[in-house]
Amino acid sequence: MLNRFVAAAAALAAATSPVLAGKKDDTVRFAYDQVIENMDPFFNNVRLGVITAANVWDTLIYRDPTTSEYKGHLATAWKWVDDKTLEFDLRQGVTFHNGEEFDADDVVFTLNFAADPANKTTQQNNVKWISKVEKLDKYKVRITAKEVFPAAIEYLAGPLIIHPNEYYQKVGPKGMNEKPVGTGPYVVTEHVIGKTIKLEKNPKPWAGSNKAVPKISKVEIRMIPDRQTQVAEALSGGMDLIMSVAYDQAQQLKAAPQVAVQAGGTMRIVFLLFNAGADTPVKELQNLKVRQAIAHAIDKKTMARTLVGEGAPVIDAICYPSQFGCDDSQTVKYEYNPTKAKQLLAEAGFASGLTIPMIGYRERPQTEAMVNYLRAVGINADLKFMQYAAMREQHRTGKAGITHQTWGSFNINDTSASTSAYFKGIDDDKTKDPDVIAALTKGDTSIDPKVRIEAYRAAHKLISERALAVPLYALVTWYVQSKDLVFKPYPDELPHFYEMSWK
Amino acid sequence: MLIYTLKRLALAILVALFVSAVAFVLLRLSGDPALAIAGEGAREADVEMIRKTYGLDRPLPIQYLDWLTTILRGDLGQSLYFRTSVWSLIVDKLPVTFLIGGLSILFALALAIPLGVLAAVFAGSWIDRAALAIAVVGQALPTFFFALVLMMLFSIQLRWLPVSGSDTWWHYVMPTIALGYYVTPPMMRLVRAGMIEVLGSDYIRTARAKGLSTTSVVFKHGLRNAVVPVVALAAVQLGYLLGGSIVIETIFALDGLGYLAYQSITHKDFPVTQAVLLLLSLLYVLLTLAADLLNAFLDPRIRVA
Repeated sequence: MLNRFVAAAAALAAATSPVLAGKKDDTVRFAYDQVIENMDPFFNNVRLGVITAANVWDTLIYRDPTTSEYKGHLATAWKWVDDKTLEFDLRQGVTFHNGEEFDADDVVFTLNFAADPANKTTQQNNVKWISKVEKLDKYKVRITAKEVFPAAIEYLAGPLIIHPNEYYQKVGPKGMNEKPVGTGPYVVTEHVIGKTIKLEKNPKPWAGSNKAVPKISKVEIRMIPDRQTQVAEALSGGMDLIMSVAYDQAQQLKAAPQVAVQAGGTMRIVFLLFNAGADTPVKELQNLKVRQAIAHAIDKKTMARTLVGEGAPVIDAICYPSQFGCDDSQTVKYEYNPTKAKQLLAEAGFASGLTIPMIGYRERPQTEAMVNYLRAVGINADLKFMQYAAMREQHRTGKAGITHQTWGSFNINDTSASTSAYFKGIDDDKTKDPDVIAALTKGDTSIDPKVRIEAYRAAHKLISERALAVPLYALVTWYVQSKDLVFKPYPDELPHFYEMSWK
Repeated sequence: MLIYTLKRLALAILVALFVSAVAFVLLRLSGDPALAIAGEGAREADVEMIRKTYGLDRPLPIQYLDWLTTILRGDLGQSLYFRTSVWSLIVDKLPVTFLIGGLSILFALALAIPLGVLAAVFAGSWIDRAALAIAVVGQALPTFFFALVLMMLFSIQLRWLPVSGSDTWWHYVMPTIALGYYVTPPMMRLVRAGMIEVLGSDYIRTARAKGLSTTSVVFKHGLRNAVVPVVALAAVQLGYLLGGSIVIETIFALDGLGYLAYQSITHKDFPVTQAVLLLLSLLYVLLTLAADLLNAFLDPRIRVA
């Protein structure tokens, strides 16, 4: 029904004259379906918070979204003094949106504040590796990790933005939410909580920033919860950019003349996770051949092409291809082969088939496609579909056999944020394979890139040989935008407003 | 009259408390708020810390009593998601919901009364059937579908109205129509039934015999009496509108109480959900009470001790 609405709406829109929404007043209007609970990036848990963070604040290090190379940003240089200590030289001549000068005090205060558990920052994972941050000089800081933490560089290039210390000390997270202040290409001019965020380009951009000086002077972000309403806004010219549009709707919207549709990569990988441990409620999953059969039964190439969309990469390891250490060169590639799957099942003693419970929580068409593939080889996947929190509880308390998982790694471009989350013996790892745990631990606790890659390569090899999971593909997200907008999406799923322009 | 009022008031408060207790239990059965707050992929240790911080590890009756005592002190608690006082959130969003509710009920009355009168005056004719058809369609159409159709027509095709938001009066037109149309049918039917009964009574025959104009007969003498139960129904419908605008507010991105309730459910922000439920049930019960009192006041025959 809703698809008919979209098709009809697209047809109607084609029959009317277009209205120049944002180009007329040089404002790009962006809609998002979630509400930010706090604009302070350390106190929110939603993607919109990450999007605004990338446009309003800056980090010490900048990761090039195309090459994945790390470059100096608020810092000009850095080095590992020993395997737990980093020292940074900071850039001079940077000012915050409120005029405060950027120096070591800002880095020290921001990161120590965020790392202090008493302040209850929302994503403890991002900060609990930090032991202390010290000022060495006006433009020099030292960051000490609690343990060897090689992904520190990635975190300092991603979620760990820098606040102005005098302002932050005075107003705290509540004040930062009401009137955000950063160093980024855009300044927040208005924040109506739960409704709108208005940005204007920074009148004093700092020299040496890796982020382009914005060409579009204003951004208006509106929180619109209903996806159909967002589509209606895009079609009626009320919005210039929306994202996460459903695949089939996006295809239909290609017919509307005043919107353009494109797919952008995401770091969200999709995979089937097995509980093959000693306490698994599904004993059949302890049999390697059963797990291998499941891997062979699923045609992930076709699923990626037809259910996700063009450009969705198929993966052969439980990590996103650009992540450091995501080396699948030695993994076993399970090609789609239902005959082989049936054969393996027969060898395992299940020639007449078997029933395995399966839990999903999103991308339902994909879950159901997999249920069908499994049925074709004689596996009756008893599907239960539920909310994320419920699925996680079922899995973590050892009640689930197969779960259809997705994982975005919080955009952290390091294998320690993906593979280790599921196979290092904690929380979500129910199988607890000691060899895999050892390999991942080695990779996570060395700052030598060669040692890390070797360890991760070995881990991926083991995971695939033992079929502890079935890697499928990475998702793409569909953007619908005004035809007047020039916009290039990146796999970090963060619209860089500062790179956009009008045709 | 006073005793009647006081008894009903006491009952209202009891009902609201009962609803809040049921809601409390059901909400906690729906999932663990600590997990929702911690977010995707949070470590067990973090979830435990959150559980302890917000007292979510205590037994259910203790949590409820704790909540009840703070409510009775006038403190609605802190939003787990927004980390600000629930009261400030509600006060912020209430005006939009009241505005939508008020406009919708006025729209519904503006539609229901004329249609009902027409249907009654021309009872049995094609006008009557047409009016009833309009009413039935309103009752059968799901509000979200009607809202999307309105959006397609007035925003996308005709470009007369903005799609969503609440910045100008124009933003309230479609939500008012979508919501108001849904509650029109029962009131229209009540007006029609009341008018038919009234128009057949002796004093109306007398008025006609006196030579009064049809307009005077119908509106001055007839409608005035037929409309009494409609006013009472409108009060109850307003209660429904205030609670039921969650769908319309979400579709039209109106920052009201309904949308707040939707968000709080999604985020398992229990203090907000409970406060909103308590408030809406209290409002609904009070509006029903107001309807009864109004009826009793307007028609002395209804007063019950």
